[in-house]
Amino acid sequence: MAEFNTWINERSGVSVVHLKGFLDAHTASTLENTFSDIIGKNNFKIVANFKDLTYISSAGLGVFMAFIEKVRENGGDIKLASMSDKVFNIFDLLGFPLLYEIFKTEDEAVKKFEEIK
Amino acid sequence: MKTYSKHIKKKLVIKSRTENLSSIRNFISENAFNAGLNNQDTDDIILAVDEACTNIIRHAYKSVPDGEIMIEIDYSTKKFTVRLIDYGNSFDPQSVPKPDLQKYFRQKKVGGLGLYLMKTLMDDVQYISVPGKYNQVMLSKNLKNTAH
Repeated sequence: MAEFNTWINERSGVSVVHLKGFLDAHTASTLENTFSDIIGKNNFKIVANFKDLTYISSAGLGVFMAFIEKVRENGGDIKLASMSDKVFNIFDLLGFPLLYEIFKTEDEAVKKFEEIK
Repeated sequence: MKTYSKHIKKKLVIKSRTENLSSIRNFISENAFNAGLNNQDTDDIILAVDEACTNIIRHAYKSVPDGEIMIEIDYSTKKFTVRLIDYGNSFDPQSVPKPDLQKYFRQKKVGGLGLYLMKTLMDDVQYISVPGKYNQVMLSKNLKNTAH
């Protein structure tokens, strides 16, 4: 079975979600639960750190689509950071850079939230 | 010098469960390695097959976990083809338009991305559907830079 897990750390009021392993149609629900928990606590400033994500399929990308509207309606955003070229290429093929801010590092993504405080 | 193109065939039959997607990816990965594919071609084929199998599980079998998916790989030095057969509901790929991400975003609709990825990542995607009997999808990649 594919291994996937998430862990969260808080930085300056931003919830940083670290994604690790293989994000596919089987493991996407784990990420859905993680986002639901964060949003359930009224945290809408989210950075997804992809540094340790090995693989993503469209089911994984769908999770970001499913939550972005609610997050933005509440004045927040989901910013993406530290993707490998392989993972970025999949986001790019589907046009995600038009809809999501993608940063080279987690620090840059977190700082972007601080700029608009 | 080779004057013929030898075909090698491998087959995996697996149940329609998303937990099996990792085994399916491993099956493709091992055979792509044996065929001498480069990393980019291997990654493209793994993702395309994952997307096709996810569609079979969700749409052909409507997430019922005991459907059967037959995966057959056929490769030569020129081409790597994966044939997927299922016995679930038939599917007309023509009915799925190219995804408009802005529209999807507004409507919170996330389907159709997999089919678009399959068509983008592979050189050829062919569907045959015999309603009430089986569905077949053939995913082919022409090979240029094999390692051996």
